[in-house]
Amino acid sequence: MSHVRYIDKTREYYLGQGYEKPYEWAHFDEVPFSKLSKPLSEARVSLVSTSDITVRGENDEDNHAEQLFVGNVYSIAADTPLDRLYSRQEHYDKYATNLDDVDSYFPITRLHEAAAEGLIGSVAPRLHGVFTAYSHRRTLTVDGPEVLRRCREDGVDAVVLTPV
Amino acid sequence: MSLVARYLEENGIPTVLIANARDIVEYCGVARMVFVDYPLGNPCGRPFEVEEQRQIFALALAQLENAAAPRTTVQAPQQWPGGEDWKRLIFSNEQPFLEGGVYDDWIEAKKRYKDLKEDGKV
Repeated sequence: MSHVRYIDKTREYYLGQGYEKPYEWAHFDEVPFSKLSKPLSEARVSLVSTSDITVRGENDEDNHAEQLFVGNVYSIAADTPLDRLYSRQEHYDKYATNLDDVDSYFPITRLHEAAAEGLIGSVAPRLHGVFTAYSHRRTLTVDGPEVLRRCREDGVDAVVLTPV
Repeated sequence: MSLVARYLEENGIPTVLIANARDIVEYCGVARMVFVDYPLGNPCGRPFEVEEQRQIFALALAQLENAAAPRTTVQAPQQWPGGEDWKRLIFSNEQPFLEGGVYDDWIEAKKRYKDLKEDGKV
């Protein structure tokens, strides 16, 4: 079977739920492209994810539901032990799978392994989460620039992004 | 997520997405993508399947080095075990995507977002 057409599926699903106006997915004709400025084995790499990755004991008082709709950027120290991380994400296929393994959606261990093996130069000191904003404008004018600012501060050469 | 990737690319930082929703990412348009044909939630491989996760992550790193032009999609060879019913059932009435309290929270948050938008705060 071919891949799932989520744009069509969600349009039909939410029309069925009584929403008249379908969500407008972002679309562009032009796609920006940058090349690595150095070999990957010398590059500093960071992660950015919408998987709602959370450190146990922190951020507990955040207004989670509102963040999901307004969006913002937060960072996690790359040396945070795996067992302190989990996801509060609800937007995944809970019938077919689970989010019990952080590395299945936020590949922090795989990133550290890549550095240890010399595939990449180093792991950036901070990895980042972005709450899904339902405003494209917000993402492009606030969240995108904030991720860029943090990556530049950390001397990041390349970024792996994992949408969930 | 695709929008953030595009913003980083525009500003000189190369990116690669590892994603399950191929159509959404390609409709937006990104520089590089590893498509993993798995249910939403496990773009980087099945939970606790370390070897598989390593293979998928390696594809993403290879994309960073090798992609010559934007819109480069590489499909991971892995197949979800146990058949493809999940593709038919996702977003169906048999398997509502958000249920109960989670659905209520989502509706509530949508209302708050609409209010903020009307006030010009987002």
